[in-house]
Amino acid sequence: MLKVTDLKVKYGMIEAIKGISFEVRDGEIVTMIGANGAGKTTTMHAISGLVKAAEGSIKLDDVELTKTPANKIVGMGLAQVPEGRRVFAEQTVEENLILGAYLRKDKAKMAEDMEEVYKLFPRLKERRKQLAGTLSGGEQQMLAMGRALMAKPSILLLDEPSMGLSPLLVSEIFHIIREINDKGTTILLVEQNAKRALAIADRAYVLETGSITLEGTGEELANDERVQKAYLGG
Amino acid sequence: MQFLSYLINGLGLGSVYAIIALGYTMVYGIAKMLNFAHGDIIMIGAYIAFFALTKFALPFPLAVLAAIAVCTMLGVLIERLAYKPLRQAPSLAVLITAIGVSYFLQNGAQILWSSSSKVFPSVISTGSISLGSASVSYLTLLTIATCIVVMICLTLFINRTKTGSAMRACSEDKGASMLMGINVNMIISITFAIGSGLAAIASVLLASTYPSVYPTMGSMPGIKAFTAAVFGGIGSIPGAFIGGLLLGIIEIFAKAYISTQLSDAIVFGVLIVILLIKPTGLLGKKINVKV
Ligand SMILES: Nc1ncnc2c1ncn2[C@@H]1O[C@H](COP(=O)(O)OP(=O)(O)O)[C@@H](O)[C@H]1O
Ligand SMILES: [Mg+2]
Repeated sequence: MLKVTDLKVKYGMIEAIKGISFEVRDGEIVTMIGANGAGKTTTMHAISGLVKAAEGSIKLDDVELTKTPANKIVGMGLAQVPEGRRVFAEQTVEENLILGAYLRKDKAKMAEDMEEVYKLFPRLKERRKQLAGTLSGGEQQMLAMGRALMAKPSILLLDEPSMGLSPLLVSEIFHIIREINDKGTTILLVEQNAKRALAIADRAYVLETGSITLEGTGEELANDERVQKAYLGG
Repeated sequence: MQFLSYLINGLGLGSVYAIIALGYTMVYGIAKMLNFAHGDIIMIGAYIAFFALTKFALPFPLAVLAAIAVCTMLGVLIERLAYKPLRQAPSLAVLITAIGVSYFLQNGAQILWSSSSKVFPSVISTGSISLGSASVSYLTLLTIATCIVVMICLTLFINRTKTGSAMRACSEDKGASMLMGINVNMIISITFAIGSGLAAIASVLLASTYPSVYPTMGSMPGIKAFTAAVFGGIGSIPGAFIGGLLLGIIEIFAKAYISTQLSDAIVFGVLIVILLIKPTGLLGKKINVKV
């Protein structure tokens, strides 16, 4: 479904991503773990077109994304929940969800999908007329996820959805990621919270200062000594 | 009662400032730049309306439409050619470019139409109605009414339409807007189109009130409207409206009760005081610093 080959990204002279290759197959949950500053967000932004790839290719079902403008990519079935949620604070919950479906024309189906989102996140429904900026961190994360789902993506990219949330909320968010995947959406999950991420991932990659250093199934990496030492505090 | 007629004349002048300030504030809110050429769009609009009325003898509404059409296209064109290539550039570079565009338009007008001023025909009925002891011209009433209609339409557009919602999204976070599928360049073009169209409307009202058309006629109203936008809180649409009206009222009162020569100094003095008390303007929000 998503195939990244020899991707390099530069910020000025600094090479933040140094030629990485990975793929996400249909129906999978794939996670990329790495420390702060490893280049996870840069990778996500390169896929969504928010930063330009210096070299390499990013293919979504054989369409080259590095040559596609950022605002067209979501229409091709790839949505991203960005790091730090980035909800539109001055618009209501409902307006945020409608913006998520910006390119869609099927009004009736959109209303159904909004109900689906509210079913997944009942708290959003209670707050649908409230400005997004007044929501708590956890609610904003739910809104960012709901907003991305409104695009009806076939693949969903999540950038550190657990950041800054209480353990209880983290569990809830990971549970919902599982549920979204069960309903047929492929997932690429980027996390610093390696333990949780590896637990739900089919396959995983470890990113260190712009390079992929390890890969395997979620279980393999969770049991890997190097991963345990560097990311699982053991 | 002179007071009432000063107040209404202040509202009339303030309405023109408000219409211009709306363009300033929308462009600032979405493109995050101060378009110092905005005042000169007014000048172009006034020339277009002037020629439409005199040379082509068009009826007044068509002349207004011609001015709106030309200004809208010009605004979009300026953004595409001068500002879009500088999207990633430091804001000082953009500011200097905007000042350059302003000079370009003024000098262009001077070459095309000479620097001597032209007398704008009085097409709006010169009559007036009396409110008690005060008399108010139809033109002033038309100006105030236009401003109110513009404000209502713009508010509905921004708050109730899909494009309006996309504009608000872009003003908050362009990256996240792109992730939604919003064509940010298109939204910026639409913003310039609306701002310049409003400048055209203001140009006709202004030229009808002060009927002389010359290449630098847009500078002072441009600066006043910019002041009004800052006064109300730059980036805020209701702020531009209230800032414009207040500025007009202060200016007319200063002229009437204090001094004609000092009125501009008083206007800018009030601005400085407001900004000292509330640096983000009357309705401005605190500026988000991204970390
Ligand atoms: N806009 C930027 N300009 C310059 N350098 C950046 C920018 N964004 C990120 N970087 C650098 O690129 C590297 C990777 O950052 P990032 O992708 O945010 O990592 P992560 O998401 O894994 O924490 C870091 O060294 C960071 O400082
Ligand atoms: Mg990151």
